[in-house]
Amino acid sequence: MTEPQSARAYHDASGEQDILVEVRGLKKWFPVQRGLIANLLSRGHTAYVKAVDGVDFTIRRGEVLGLAGESGSGKSTVGRLVLRLLDATEGQVLIDGVDLGTLKREELRKARSKMQVVFQDPLASLNPRMTIGQAIEHPAQIHLPGTTQEERKRLVSELLEAVGMSPPDFFYDKYPHQISGGQRQRIVLARALITRPELIVADEPIASADVSVQALLLELLIKLKEDFDLTYLFITHDLATTKYICDRIAIMYLGKIVEIGSLQEVFENPQHPYTRALLSAVPVPDPRHRRTEPLPSGEIPNPINPPSGCNFHPRCPIAVEGVCDVEEPTIRQLADVDGHEVSCHLRTGDYQHLDKAIT
Amino acid sequence: MVNEGAITGERVTMGWSLKAGEVLYSLRDVSVDYGTRTGLVKAVDRVSLDIRKGEILGLVGESGCGKSTLGKAMLRMTRPGKISTGELWFDGVDLLTLSQRRMRELRGARLGMVFQDPMTSLNPLSKIVDHLTETVRTHEPKVSEAAARDRAERLIGRLGLREERIDDYPHQFSGGMRQRIMIALALALRADLVIADEPTTALDVIVEAQFLDLLRELRDEFDLTIVLITHNLGVVAEVADRVAVMYAGRMAELASVSDLFLDTKHPYAQGLLRAVPNIELDDAELYQMEGAPPNLLHTPHGCAFHPRCPAAMPICSDQQPAFQPVVGDHHAACWLYEDHPDKGGDGGVR
Repeated sequence: MTEPQSARAYHDASGEQDILVEVRGLKKWFPVQRGLIANLLSRGHTAYVKAVDGVDFTIRRGEVLGLAGESGSGKSTVGRLVLRLLDATEGQVLIDGVDLGTLKREELRKARSKMQVVFQDPLASLNPRMTIGQAIEHPAQIHLPGTTQEERKRLVSELLEAVGMSPPDFFYDKYPHQISGGQRQRIVLARALITRPELIVADEPIASADVSVQALLLELLIKLKEDFDLTYLFITHDLATTKYICDRIAIMYLGKIVEIGSLQEVFENPQHPYTRALLSAVPVPDPRHRRTEPLPSGEIPNPINPPSGCNFHPRCPIAVEGVCDVEEPTIRQLADVDGHEVSCHLRTGDYQHLDKAIT
Repeated sequence: MVNEGAITGERVTMGWSLKAGEVLYSLRDVSVDYGTRTGLVKAVDRVSLDIRKGEILGLVGESGCGKSTLGKAMLRMTRPGKISTGELWFDGVDLLTLSQRRMRELRGARLGMVFQDPMTSLNPLSKIVDHLTETVRTHEPKVSEAAARDRAERLIGRLGLREERIDDYPHQFSGGMRQRIMIALALALRADLVIADEPTTALDVIVEAQFLDLLRELRDEFDLTIVLITHNLGVVAEVADRVAVMYAGRMAELASVSDLFLDTKHPYAQGLLRAVPNIELDDAELYQMEGAPPNLLHTPHGCAFHPRCPAAMPICSDQQPAFQPVVGDHHAACWLYEDHPDKGGDGGVR
């Protein structure tokens, strides 16, 4: 295993990239459960929810990639596929060059110690009958079999300190219900770190916390990333928080990435009409920044019957009839901007001459 | 301006005849207690607040600050909690003096409500049209079924749903649409005050923004007064005219939205604002507020915020500051803005 490089390594313009996660053509279609009669009527035609429908991205070692979108966009499903908590319908996930889909049970179990997950609700992630100390130690019993109990206990204490739960002895024997929500999320993080993972998939890790606690957790995530040389896939619906932690960001809509690029590039120079809508809809805690741009009409469509052509065309302010409702766009790099890719006929596709709203 | 009547204890005039800006609902010295096995929890502690006709008042604070309890108290729906002190003046009457029956007539009719999860407020077995016509005909028995349906259709259309969908069931709608139906229920009886408790929290940002636009339009069109309870300071900055900030069951600050965000007085509100992610700011660091909100079984003595306050003075742990005007109509409960002989000391961080 190569030594983790500095978080800034990817800023080097050289072609050398230390890629930890590579996702290629990832798809996850869930069959729709229907009643017997509906099944007979449809004569065996199965309908699918195309939760993830062709997603490609890479995450460099030490990087934080934000995966943002509305509910139903497929962002959480991507997170689960990356960890192989779900099996992909199509496509591959390579962690450190190894295709997770090809691993046998035992190999997968070993590979999993290198990747961990943190979910939104820490109370649901913690066993109410286990003390905090036991909960954090538990993965070590499985993944670090050579360690003694004293060694593991020392490790737990160090991790409690690292996540700001100090003094460790005070918290060690407490149960999850005896501490606050923010503290519980710290425990979940400590538990995730005990196997010394390289990748953490964080699925809305701060969404259930109060404002003042959110800020503390976000700061902790940044600190842990530095202290433990971590790489994050940071899944969120809240674009405002991505600004404080992500290096790059991918915007998902109906199972596809519509735009991806460095955080600064996507925020300052958003190209996809959906990204623009999403960014302008984020409420800004400053009454001088009340939104003036019009919103797209309607809501995210049903992923069982996604719209033809470009998924977004029925809500898109710049859609061109005969193009956007017919042809499906592919994601392409924006001219002259390294790493900024957009899936839009009018912005990066073959129909840029039809784009009237050039800004 | 502070309404004189509200302070001197005179009756508030009829809601219907009020002009924009006059006090429609006045809470005076309201407390709500919850008896628990471990002791008495003061979820709301002597809160006074005037709500003005036609305004959108944002009521903000973190979990457990009492904002939702205050919203429920306004409807006299605090059970198992008890309104232990105070008065609730609406339309010339103290709601606490009304019978259960009169109160029920007011609720839903003049006082509308919208909660975070509309599915818990809608009957899954009833069509949308039945929800609406039942509401109308319960409160206005003289309205015919056909007339009620007609009113329901027009409302649904106005709220951006296709009229034929009125015969659908709640589960056939998305979260954003269900919230629109909740608003339709409030408007079906021409409520003049709607209390909306975290109405957009379960919604995605674009749908949230659409809903906030709708609230603003309805306020203008129906002369609605809206109390918007939320933890989201961005939402408040987007639509509110005035903002009240609560902490540990008490009112911390109350001001116009621009004064509250741009000339914040209370150290808690200041910290909270600096801790909120702001997509428009270049500054990529969030303020780390120390500590956590107190357990309301043991609210700190004096100002409840003093253990976390960077500006705490000796008096802060000793005496509770009054909630009073600081400049003009800008209210705050903080010793920094009050004169007191014991204020002295080093004024440093505790």
